Amino acid sequence: MLFGDSARAFGTLGVVLLLLLAIVPARDFFSEWYRYQKGYLRLIRGRDDAITLQRRFEGGIHQTWIPELGVVDRCGSCHVALKEASLRNVGIQPFRPHPPIPHSLDEMGCVMCHRGQGAATTVEEAHRSAKESEDPMVPARYLESSCGQCHMDKPTGIPRLNAGRTLLTRYGCVHCHSIVLPDGVKLAPTDDPPSLQHVADKTTREWIFAWIKNPQAYSGTATMPNFQLKDEDARDISAFLIAQSTMLASSAAPASAAASDAAALQAGASMYGESFCASCHAIQNAAGLLVGGNVGPELTRIGTKAKPDWLRAWIGNPKGYDPETLMPHYRFDDKQLTLIAGFLENKTDSDFMANVKLDQATPRQVAHGKLLVTEMGCAVCHEINGIHRPDNFAPDLTAVGSRPLAKIVFLPEMPRTLAAYVEAKIKEPRSFGSALKMPQFNLATGQVDNLVTALLAQTDRARTLPARLRVAGHASSNYEPAGAAGRLMRDLNCFSCHSINGRGGDMAPDLTWEGSAVQRDWLLKFFKNPNTLRPTLIRRMPKFNVTDQEAGMLTDYILAVYQTPAFDRDSPQPASDASQIEKGRQLFYSKYACQACHIVDPQKDKGYIGPTLTEVGSRLTAAWIFQWLKGPQTLRPGTLEPDQQISDSDATSLTTFLMAQKGHAKTQEAKHK
Amino acid sequence: MRPALVTVAALALMLSFACQRPAVQPVAKGPATVPAAIVEVSGGKQVSTIGTPLDQPLVIQVNDAQGAAVAGASVRFHSAPGVIFQPASGITGSDGQFTFAVALGGMAGRYQIVATTTGASGKAIELRMDELALGFEQNQGRQLSDLYCTRCHDPESTAERVSNHDNLTAQAHAFSDGAFLNKMSDADLMAIIQHGGPALGKSAEMPPYGRTLSKSGIQALAAYIRAVADPPHQPGEAVYAQR
Repeated sequence: MLFGDSARAFGTLGVVLLLLLAIVPARDFFSEWYRYQKGYLRLIRGRDDAITLQRRFEGGIHQTWIPELGVVDRCGSCHVALKEASLRNVGIQPFRPHPPIPHSLDEMGCVMCHRGQGAATTVEEAHRSAKESEDPMVPARYLESSCGQCHMDKPTGIPRLNAGRTLLTRYGCVHCHSIVLPDGVKLAPTDDPPSLQHVADKTTREWIFAWIKNPQAYSGTATMPNFQLKDEDARDISAFLIAQSTMLASSAAPASAAASDAAALQAGASMYGESFCASCHAIQNAAGLLVGGNVGPELTRIGTKAKPDWLRAWIGNPKGYDPETLMPHYRFDDKQLTLIAGFLENKTDSDFMANVKLDQATPRQVAHGKLLVTEMGCAVCHEINGIHRPDNFAPDLTAVGSRPLAKIVFLPEMPRTLAAYVEAKIKEPRSFGSALKMPQFNLATGQVDNLVTALLAQTDRARTLPARLRVAGHASSNYEPAGAAGRLMRDLNCFSCHSINGRGGDMAPDLTWEGSAVQRDWLLKFFKNPNTLRPTLIRRMPKFNVTDQEAGMLTDYILAVYQTPAFDRDSPQPASDASQIEKGRQLFYSKYACQACHIVDPQKDKGYIGPTLTEVGSRLTAAWIFQWLKGPQTLRPGTLEPDQQISDSDATSLTTFLMAQKGHAKTQEAKHK
Repeated sequence: MRPALVTVAALALMLSFACQRPAVQPVAKGPATVPAAIVEVSGGKQVSTIGTPLDQPLVIQVNDAQGAAVAGASVRFHSAPGVIFQPASGITGSDGQFTFAVALGGMAGRYQIVATTTGASGKAIELRMDELALGFEQNQGRQLSDLYCTRCHDPESTAERVSNHDNLTAQAHAFSDGAFLNKMSDADLMAIIQHGGPALGKSAEMPPYGRTLSKSGIQALAAYIRAVADPPHQPGEAVYAQR
């Protein structure tokens, strides 16, 4: 026999069995989570709430299993205090409680947001798994990407993801790359690359050459990327673009000579200011700072770019050149047109094209240019005569957030993570190969982070999540106003700034219920001469030089159509006796302290957050004021004025007081007395 | 034996000289004067988000005992784990200054950035700067604050936002005014946001936001106000992120 006798065999086997039995507890004893749990118990021992914390503590491996989401998390085995809010000032991980978020930890688990290997029971594997098929944790700076797996709406809590998705559309990434959000909506570009079919009307070959060599040298805010072209390639592309251009009849200028004396330039600058061009366009001031909005292109060097004839025709009626433009059709007369065009033509920069000397283009150059334009995919963004828009020009990025590391070619000395790869691709795409087509974008570090965040949200998991978790984005509306008023509104491009029935911009107030709000006489006067209601605002409604007939038509349309069904704009005004007005005045100044934000008496009041109310009685309807006081957000969601839960009787007195504020009319009356 | 030893020694000496020469770089030269202090030039007390770089770089200056700038002094930086320095050490320039970028770690809270240089007889000289990383809830509070509160509570105007602070009769406290705001209890802070100034016997110029903001929004605002308080709220407890 092997062990001599049976008693010895029994003894040996017993010892072996004991050792085998000890393996499991010993493994636990030497594991990391066991050590951390011991450490946690030591940490809480000395605290006042030690007994409560100890009672809630459970040893062993903790697992959250949510089959629906594909979540198997054991993170709680070490992060034992995730739900202990009283430990919020503990600075030691893994013992900090989870910071407050709008989701329950049990419902979502950990890896849904933090990624990583939830089932792992060692620190290294759970957090930083470097295995090709496994997902390491997402760094804190890109954490919002995980929210994007469910959220297609744009909640305020995730500014980086929202900004990143906006950048994807604003910088035109989605012209070349197709990106479908987890809810199946394809991202559409919001930049508006101009058609180049008539580009020779607008500018010169020299300007095109300098621009495509380095767009940011012309305008620091240009979204067109730098294709890092060689001089001869830029020469040939500019030759082709001029050669393919056809002339538009509307680009011929209304004949009038541009005056460029100092007085005319001064008057032109005033026109530029009065027309509030700066609401959309920026110009560099003497200190080199950009002043103005970013809806339209920067105009600091517009005189170097635009041909004078084209510029005058464009300002005269932008829709003649580009029917889809956001720029309104100002009804400038010849004199105004000459002044403003003269002012802009004078915005030149002799340095920009100083070294550009191009000889007459040869047919060979034009042919080579066409080849380059086709190969580089210029037609993905721009309409170009004779070139079809290519489809799927760049890789689809719908699932880029789950791209396996095994499929990625990293640069040497680069951290082997997906986030680092995506970041490098955006920052310096050509560092992965000089023959690559992706151009160099001009982005700040924060913008790159936002883009990486938006791209990392495009995960495989996002598309397999149950539909009930998805929060859809706001569906875009294709609302069109009808009839002659509708045509006028399209011509003035009201929707570039104002939103109506879910369509339009957010620079100016939503006008969906404007018809319930304002009085006819005021609106009529406002169209003829828009004066500002908010003294501290930089962006303002421009004067479009509409005719009396146009202003009347627009006013009638707005008053008749844009009304809320919630109340009647013409409901009778409350009786306005002096005691009611006085009661309203006292409520205004003491109980509700409205003067903190509004001005009624310009001598005394100083608040300038809300609109000035000196002539509100001539501007708004009594019904609107009353309803607004009762609940500002019900009339205009998101408006800043807080809902003060004003009683009906207080609101009536305040309405009476405000309706008595007739502005100039009142002061003149007072003078007569 | 002796001559052999001497030859070997001489050879070794010559070799060591020969090898040393290329290594004598300007870097090896110490600073002209001895560092006595590090002072902050700019970049302290910034408010950022967890895991993200601070908006402005940090600039420090090394001075000697007379307060004159020390060029060529070696400085290095450290902080809690997770904080990334770019670069993490370096040599001060001719103006005695050094500029570096910082990305804060993944935990919300205050981070202490420590800059160190070596003074007379190897003594370590330190400068401590505080930076703040906001977590999710505090960041939400910050956004609400920017939208609803700062126009009155921040006396500084920006190009896009003119401050309304001086137009009020009541004094609106800046949220960083820890000396005042830390004295308010959490309940009072939430109450004045929810019900307005009169709820605490203060001015009606502070309107009630209870029906405009959600409960979680008001909580987030309070969390933000507590986070940016200077001096810090609850200084008795651990306020710095650490491992």
